[in-house]
Amino acid sequence: MSGAAGAAREAQALSEDLIAEHGISQVEYERLLKELGREPTLTELGVFSVMWSEHCSYKSSRMWLKKLPTTGPQVIQGPGENAGVVSLGDGQAAVFKMESHNHPSYIEPYQGAATGVGGIMRDVFTMGARPIANMNALRFGSPSHHKTRHLVSGVVSGIGDYGNCMGVPTIGGETNFDPRYNDNILVNAMCVGLVDANRIFKSAAKGVGLPVVYVGSKTGRDGIHGATMASAEFDDASEEKRPTVQVGDPFTEKLLLEACLELMSEDVIIAIQDMGAAGLTSSSVEMADKGGVGIDLDLDQVPMRETGMTAYEMLLSESQERMLMVLKPGSEPVAERIFKKWELDFAVIGTTTNTGHFVARHKGVVEADIPLPALAHAAPIYERPYEKREPLPVIAPEDVQAPPSILSALERLIGSPHLASRRWIYEQYDHMVMADTIQRPGGDAGVVRVHGTNKGLAISCDVTPRYCSADPFEGGKQAVAECWRNLTATGARPLAVTDCLNFGNPERPEIMGEIVGAIEGMAEACTILQFPVVSGNVSLYNETNGVAIPPTPAIGGVGLIADLTEMTDMALKADDDVILLLGAEAGHLGQSIYMSVMEDRLEGAPPPVDLAAERAIGDLVRGFIKAGTVTAVHDVSDGGLLVAIAEMALAGKRGVDLEAAPENLPAHAAWFGEDQGRYVVTATPGHVATIEDVASVYGVPVRVLGTVRGDTMKLPDEAPLPLGMLRAAYEDWLQRFMTRG
Amino acid sequence: MKASVIVFPGSNCDRDAAVALEAAMGSTPKMVWHGDSELPDSDLILLPGGFSYGDYLRSGAMAAHSPIMREVVRRANFGTPVLGICNGFQVLTEAGLLPGILMRNSTLRFICKDVRLRVERNNTPFAAQYEEGQVVRLPIAHKDGCYFADAATLYLLESENRIAFRYCEDDGAVTGAANPNGSSGNIAGIYNETGKVLGMMPHPERLVDPALSGTDGAKMFSSFVEALH
Repeated sequence: MSGAAGAAREAQALSEDLIAEHGISQVEYERLLKELGREPTLTELGVFSVMWSEHCSYKSSRMWLKKLPTTGPQVIQGPGENAGVVSLGDGQAAVFKMESHNHPSYIEPYQGAATGVGGIMRDVFTMGARPIANMNALRFGSPSHHKTRHLVSGVVSGIGDYGNCMGVPTIGGETNFDPRYNDNILVNAMCVGLVDANRIFKSAAKGVGLPVVYVGSKTGRDGIHGATMASAEFDDASEEKRPTVQVGDPFTEKLLLEACLELMSEDVIIAIQDMGAAGLTSSSVEMADKGGVGIDLDLDQVPMRETGMTAYEMLLSESQERMLMVLKPGSEPVAERIFKKWELDFAVIGTTTNTGHFVARHKGVVEADIPLPALAHAAPIYERPYEKREPLPVIAPEDVQAPPSILSALERLIGSPHLASRRWIYEQYDHMVMADTIQRPGGDAGVVRVHGTNKGLAISCDVTPRYCSADPFEGGKQAVAECWRNLTATGARPLAVTDCLNFGNPERPEIMGEIVGAIEGMAEACTILQFPVVSGNVSLYNETNGVAIPPTPAIGGVGLIADLTEMTDMALKADDDVILLLGAEAGHLGQSIYMSVMEDRLEGAPPPVDLAAERAIGDLVRGFIKAGTVTAVHDVSDGGLLVAIAEMALAGKRGVDLEAAPENLPAHAAWFGEDQGRYVVTATPGHVATIEDVASVYGVPVRVLGTVRGDTMKLPDEAPLPLGMLRAAYEDWLQRFMTRG
Repeated sequence: MKASVIVFPGSNCDRDAAVALEAAMGSTPKMVWHGDSELPDSDLILLPGGFSYGDYLRSGAMAAHSPIMREVVRRANFGTPVLGICNGFQVLTEAGLLPGILMRNSTLRFICKDVRLRVERNNTPFAAQYEEGQVVRLPIAHKDGCYFADAATLYLLESENRIAFRYCEDDGAVTGAANPNGSSGNIAGIYNETGKVLGMMPHPERLVDPALSGTDGAKMFSSFVEALH
């Protein structure tokens, strides 16, 4: 047996270019030499490259992520495992996480998005949970950019084909169009699973001499260096990175899901980890490191799809639909029987050791022998310099022009790319499979029933990039608050969030300032709203030729509806119901959709979020829903109050008769201002006094907006807008954009 | 009543079908693995939706050659009612139990939404509790749901009254606009010669529960429970 020193001696000296190509800086290389005590082999360099990549090591963000609250009585598992876990009571738990697949989706939209969905589902079922709902948050470039349609089409069908084949409903999400994403789209996928709280599987390989088992698909050359690619900027040559994009096979993943859940019902798994970013390397290093053991891999045993692959390629391949497990000794036959039944590969490829080293052998040669702490803990942590920008001035409502008529402005806004219906997208996702979808896409949150119970999970993905861009701190707060608000609007008690933090190059102080600001804003909101972060992902270097995306900290929230009979949605329910606004009005038009659509500019400070008020009003609304005081609820967000009312009218197929805006504000600011912390509710006339009384106790302002009536939207002194015309405007844009010749 | 649900690798509506069956029958259906060659005593065989074998060759083509399908075909020929939903319909055409084929939707995209269906015939075990001409609302969720058959076959289906459901408007009008996938004659489901084998693209099992925004699928389940118990 040749030792590591032997392998090192045989190694050729690695050129500076080769080291740089692996995304390892000079300083980092010196650190690597110190940790290893010698020159690395090429294979070892590759292993360090992925393990120390931004994607795997969080080296730029880690010190700031510590600011996020991660605990609470509902939290069973916070960040650090494959996904977060929260209790749903009755011995059940929800497992969830959101993850980015931005770089691959830009280069190869169909496969990039598909494997993003596959990866996030694996993270969830690795923990023993059956995935029960998917969501996604997508950011595309300007509709007028020549690549946008191609990217939307590929991403949506990639997400759809994967989730649909898996039989997991995709119940909602959000989509933005903004020219700042022209060269760096964002594809963030979230998955929520259900598990018995006492049957959660983790990744710590505790114990020496245990079999390390590989299951799932065979290994090929796809995705080599995906993690490193995801940790670098794009330039004009990025198209050449297509071979680093993985290829998805949802059918195999469906088999892998069923096989894993079947094996998990036997008592044989000590640790399990999916092979995601950095494939076999990352999964084996993480399992061994968490278990405090070493790991010895025999690469000759790895099931191969191609011939002639080197150890370097095998260790760095990101072939999909693969899992690594550490089993109880002697249980291999049980596992093998199950995986054979599902026609999946099964191979014992190594053992846990007491050496504390990661060792990979191939054809009798030790290709890598690295102390685990060097890979898992010695990755550099950077306290990168950052600059916070000056706050932008607050723009007075009077400084944004009034429209010729409020209702014509509404029609224009709701037919704009910002607000138009996303039906063309969500109808390509099976959102009803599993027969537990209680609220379908298009509402404030998707709601799925906890199978076999009368409980529901509300799920929402939110962030407002234009706010984050104007003020990362307020934008970070707002993303969390809006998610909390969307869950609340269904009647759910918000439990916890997962985050997907998408930014540009952290080596630039202004970008690092965005990261710091957004995380601080999120931390404040998560703390005050008692909405801890239990899992997440950071995607940096989303920039091309030095132009970065807007800061986009996407928040995925999960809430519990304890009794589905105590739930609301946003559809108007009955004529003569009274429409009320809960929350304070300031007519904030800075960074609003109104400003963007009507004046083609985005300027000024975003609307501030008063978190104490947010909490009070949310608790109030939830109380009203539980007591059956309100008949419909919708939060006020993009586009402002009148857009919220219009969405409720369209959902309920009922018109509204509205009163004039309050005199202390310009009408367009009252109707289209994006003040935070507000909900529109409806109630039967008999409940209005109760709502006003209880709200005054909570210190929440209430204004009667009008009445549900007829089939038009009516405002004083304006021609009524028929719902049919409003609906045509709402439904037209995306459908036409995507299907025109 | 005894029912069997066939589970292929890649089936994903098997649980949904079993839940709907159990609610209607009051007993648990048998889940039968595709690799088995024995079928339990069954008053109804259900082929569920999903992506059997990933639908990689042609939807339903591989599943039609599973060991269990020989037995399904045999039982069907002896008169055991068979219901194929979505991928199950595709399997039934590939197995030769129903004529025609399901092609890629005319939009070339997956479509998931509620559609309106006109009940074309109700003197079968599956539709007895619907009225002829009744308009029902059920979801579709497929990429390959464009029913195609040659003119002679379509003529036969029409003349033998074997069309089960057609895509239609709210008022029952069968129009091009109401056809979501380009199916010949707006056909959403068909029967075999005896009316005991039904293949349909829409998913009745997804709307059997009042919590799920509709119950139009429930009558199909109660129809055959009534007819077959």
